[in-house]
Amino acid sequence: MFGLEAVELARIQFAFTIAFHIMFPAFTIGLASYLAVLEGLWLLTGRAPFRNLARYWSKIFALTFGMGVVSGVVMSYQFGTNWSRLSDIAGPVLGPLLSYEVLTAFFLEAGFLGIMLFGWNRVGKRLHFFATCMVAVGTLISAFWILSANSWMHTPQGHAMVDGRFVPVDWFEIVFNPSFPYRLAHMVLAAYLTTAFIVGAVGAWHLLRDRRDEPARIMFSMAMWMAALVAPIQIVAGDLHGLNTLKYQPAKVAAMEGHWETQKGAPLILFGWPDMKREETRWAIEIPKLGSLILTHEWDGEIKGLKSWAKEDRPNPAIVFWSFRIMVASGLFMMLVGALSLWLRWRKRLYDGRLFHRLCVLSGPIGLVAILAGWITTEVGRQPWVVYGLLRTRDAVSPIPAATVGTSLILFVVVYAFVFGAGIYYLLKLMRAAVPVVAHAPESSARMRPMAAAPPADNMPAAPSPEKRP
Amino acid sequence: MSFDLPLVWAAIIAFGIIMYVVLDGFDLGIGILFPLVRGPEDRDAMMNSVAPVWDGNETWMVLGGAALFGAFPLAYALLLSALYMPLIVMLLALIFRGVAFEFRFKAKRSRFLWDWSFAFGSILTAFAQGISLGAFIQGIAVTNRQYAGGPFDWLTPFSLCIGLGLVAGYATLGCGWLILKTEGELQRRCFKLMLPLAAILLLFIALASLWTPLLNARISARWFSMPNLLYLAPVPILVAVAAFLLWRSIVNRRDAQPFLLALALFLLGYAGLAISLWPFIVPPSVTIWDAAAPSASQSFMLVGMLILIPVILAYTVYSYWVFRGKVRGGYHE
Repeated sequence: MFGLEAVELARIQFAFTIAFHIMFPAFTIGLASYLAVLEGLWLLTGRAPFRNLARYWSKIFALTFGMGVVSGVVMSYQFGTNWSRLSDIAGPVLGPLLSYEVLTAFFLEAGFLGIMLFGWNRVGKRLHFFATCMVAVGTLISAFWILSANSWMHTPQGHAMVDGRFVPVDWFEIVFNPSFPYRLAHMVLAAYLTTAFIVGAVGAWHLLRDRRDEPARIMFSMAMWMAALVAPIQIVAGDLHGLNTLKYQPAKVAAMEGHWETQKGAPLILFGWPDMKREETRWAIEIPKLGSLILTHEWDGEIKGLKSWAKEDRPNPAIVFWSFRIMVASGLFMMLVGALSLWLRWRKRLYDGRLFHRLCVLSGPIGLVAILAGWITTEVGRQPWVVYGLLRTRDAVSPIPAATVGTSLILFVVVYAFVFGAGIYYLLKLMRAAVPVVAHAPESSARMRPMAAAPPADNMPAAPSPEKRP
Repeated sequence: MSFDLPLVWAAIIAFGIIMYVVLDGFDLGIGILFPLVRGPEDRDAMMNSVAPVWDGNETWMVLGGAALFGAFPLAYALLLSALYMPLIVMLLALIFRGVAFEFRFKAKRSRFLWDWSFAFGSILTAFAQGISLGAFIQGIAVTNRQYAGGPFDWLTPFSLCIGLGLVAGYATLGCGWLILKTEGELQRRCFKLMLPLAAILLLFIALASLWTPLLNARISARWFSMPNLLYLAPVPILVAVAAFLLWRSIVNRRDAQPFLLALALFLLGYAGLAISLWPFIVPPSVTIWDAAAPSASQSFMLVGMLILIPVILAYTVYSYWVFRGKVRGGYHE
């Protein structure tokens, strides 16, 4: 179908569904923690803006989380539907890890989500806060298990091969495989940064309308602190991840950097076009020696080039080289924004810098861009392997005709475009509305009105009125 | 540890499946009933009765899949690739059903779109699950640990019949749940619907019970030989008893009994299935021992399950208890 084979269609379908899926937890992991922080601050200080912010972001969380759940269910079944050979061969290792994800994370999130979203009036303040914390913890535990499983596919260990199938030998080694700590840290930090920039964008948006909007100031400030502190840490985490990848997946690094020849003291190729046919990176703009310095932390470190591997063992450098660059550029940009926010804060102009606010609004999705680019880098960079060095992707696919996979692919694209398109539209609608300024609320269900009660941001200024204290 | 791990795991997976069927059964049932209830407040009440718990309910299906993946990877691989089309349809339908919970309350002019999404998603999910069940009962062609059939083997009159039966079954569960959780006019409406729905369900149970042995000599022998017939007779007898009690509970306007008795019917039907199919996890040729993962996988998972399932059940029960009582007005936010 479309001149593509079943395995290529299956890969495209997996890539498409997981790219959509990852955007939701990328936001909700950080957002769940942010909700716990907001609610905790409210309990500690009693200040109404914290509670109002918690309610505001809670609605956005509910919508995003729901989309994450339904797109996630697709992933858990797609291993079996489209990658049945992978499931048979590696199921004994991957299956238990995913089961633990369901048992320790999904149930925890789902179990307490109802109370968190709907139980404001039904349980005490402390119990509700506990529920919020459990949801936040659930999202992090979920990241733990799924990244452990995915990392094992990149740096497998702790197993034996019996009759061509993986058999677990040491679960500690399987779970804590060599790349896992780095990938876990890198992804969790990425999730927090993604949330910081989305919250920052929403805060900036409302500040542009009214710079005295107190909840907007609070959330903008919090977001900018996150950006300023976490972006540099993420760069370091990324660097350490790179060192680990060089050790265990050198072909991926060669593709990421566009190096074809093995060399010591390799240059940093900033831009260029890696050409698989000609086995060279064309129109390369290089900085001498910097490549080895960054990748090995030594001026004369050796970097293997793609030509060290047989052609069928090389990942596609054109894709991986550019996705990597996009990710790094996004990361550096985030660090820059964080630094700018610190400078503005020092000059006491954080809430007045309109140009900066506009920049922040436009930068809202930057975390998502970085995450997608990063995942493309790591997963396309793992090819042609599905379990690195041990099982090829083309040997892992289900014995289903191309037309069948092509049909399901089309269905996914159409449904996702419609459903998640609508979801994003509703999300943006929620974000456009200002945080309602509600005085210390009577414990009534009047607060529980859906979005219809929030003043439309266009015709009512979000000017805070003095809060009535009881 | 010399007990039969695959046997223990078969029991756990069976438990997981029935938990899913029962919990998401009534969630989906509510969606299936949507077209029959028009009033917007009634529809709000219907959704609110499950809004805080539907996600946890659906998670049992994710557990079923993941546990199958880890404990019986060959079965996971064979079943999911053999039932490709109905499962893809189910996954897409679940998306429509799931997002409706959130989108419906955000939409004003386009609320009808998400009503339709909720109903359509629920009906199609139930139908696809039923078809998958029917195809499963009929058997899966396997050669060399891979699915050896065509892309449409699952599509037969039998599987379509089971599909319709499951739609009726979930609708009955959903109706019972609403009797429990609503009051006034909506509850009266549900009492009126419950009887015909239960009747349709019983019809399908009877149909499936008679048709399944016809498909498969082994199943027929299991049920109709002596002394099996004596040992297994309680199952259809209990179905008849439950059906009678269900009718009485509807006539007498009991709050909780209709739901519980509909549940009992489901459990009995499930037991019947298990009896028919034992010990094949991929009928007709792959047993639970054939498909089992190495003991290192099954024992690692078992530890977690034994510790965590009670914990999960505890906070699930707690969550239901927090939202106990009749649905009054909307509390969606």
